[in-house]
Amino acid sequence: MESSLKNMVLVLFTITLLSSAAVGGVYVITEEPIAQAKVAAVNEALKLVLPEFEATTSQTIEVNALPVVAHTATVGDKAVGYAIESLSKNGFGGVVRLMVGFDTEGNIININVLEQKETPGLGTKMADEGNVLLASLKGKNAGSVNMTVRKDGGDIDALTAATISSRAYAEAVAVAYEAFKVANGSQAEAGDVATGATKQEGGQNE
Amino acid sequence: MSNSKLSLVLKGLIKENPTFVLVLGTCPTLGTTTSAINGLGMGVATMAVLIMSNAVIAMIKNLIPDKVRIPAFIVVIASFVTVIDMLMQAFVPSLYAALGVFIPLIVVNCIILGRAEAFASKNGVLDSALDGLGIGLGFTLSLTTIGCVREILGSGAVFGLSLGIADYMPLVFVLAPGGFLVYGFLMVLFNKYLKK
Repeated sequence: MESSLKNMVLVLFTITLLSSAAVGGVYVITEEPIAQAKVAAVNEALKLVLPEFEATTSQTIEVNALPVVAHTATVGDKAVGYAIESLSKNGFGGVVRLMVGFDTEGNIININVLEQKETPGLGTKMADEGNVLLASLKGKNAGSVNMTVRKDGGDIDALTAATISSRAYAEAVAVAYEAFKVANGSQAEAGDVATGATKQEGGQNE
Repeated sequence: MSNSKLSLVLKGLIKENPTFVLVLGTCPTLGTTTSAINGLGMGVATMAVLIMSNAVIAMIKNLIPDKVRIPAFIVVIASFVTVIDMLMQAFVPSLYAALGVFIPLIVVNCIILGRAEAFASKNGVLDSALDGLGIGLGFTLSLTTIGCVREILGSGAVFGLSLGIADYMPLVFVLAPGGFLVYGFLMVLFNKYLKK
């Protein structure tokens, strides 16, 4: 088609208008399902990192100016474990978000990677089963582990060729442990969940 | 399917293979082929977008003045990818978990724009969709092959299944330099033996 100023402006304007309308429309439609999918993913992650529990309560704790969500898993009125949604902004590809499960003693039950944008094949191995990062933390008492990678003098084995990703992972676990101490402390003092916590029905753990 | 339609699909596999012959989209190729499954994921996600963007552009090609063709195509493709990204995230979260990281990369994949410009802007809707399918298949196969080779050489595994030789393999093949090496050698082999 011949180009004139009028039809160029008109066509581009129409296309951008229709495209943004389409993107906006789809955003409105998908906003809720996406939020639900995220909640479902969080619940799945909780089951992976916690011992058997009946319900969870969650609270937000600030550690190093990072918002960390601490889920307290309870059986009856007794806390049986804590799942901390922790994060580090220092990954190779941005934010690394982990779900770290602690028992009431501070032992790390399991760690699940919720979100990462690391280099495929290198940093992404942090999400693999039985990777060295997880292996050097799982089952250990978080208080007794020096939460930095071996290269920096710590106790955590880094992923090969992914030191920055490994550091972010270690940092997120360290942040999780700080949050755990706060959550566990308030639990012990109050003998009940901290104020402002929202009660929600937790999934039955198999 | 008539012969001409079939050859439209098949030409993307060898004669106009986007990776080894047209040498398009090398950035996502090198970036995502660290393992076979990553290559496959990127290929499939690109193919899906390519088929649809080709069809849409073939549909609206007569309405767009020549001089603003490229910006118009880019807006269409980018919106398209964003929409697909959100729809996948909402309705097929498990698929999104596997392919999600590749979707934003597709916007900057020049294969999409290349085919829009070279083919879809001159051909009908069905032909353009078939061209998208062919090129998409070619891209998927190439990426899976590169991914396989790099995964075997670099981490001693195929599709994530360890062959038990990981400790003896040079990790460099998973890294960028190995990516260039594998890409280069496969391109030579491809052009010598397959492209007639």
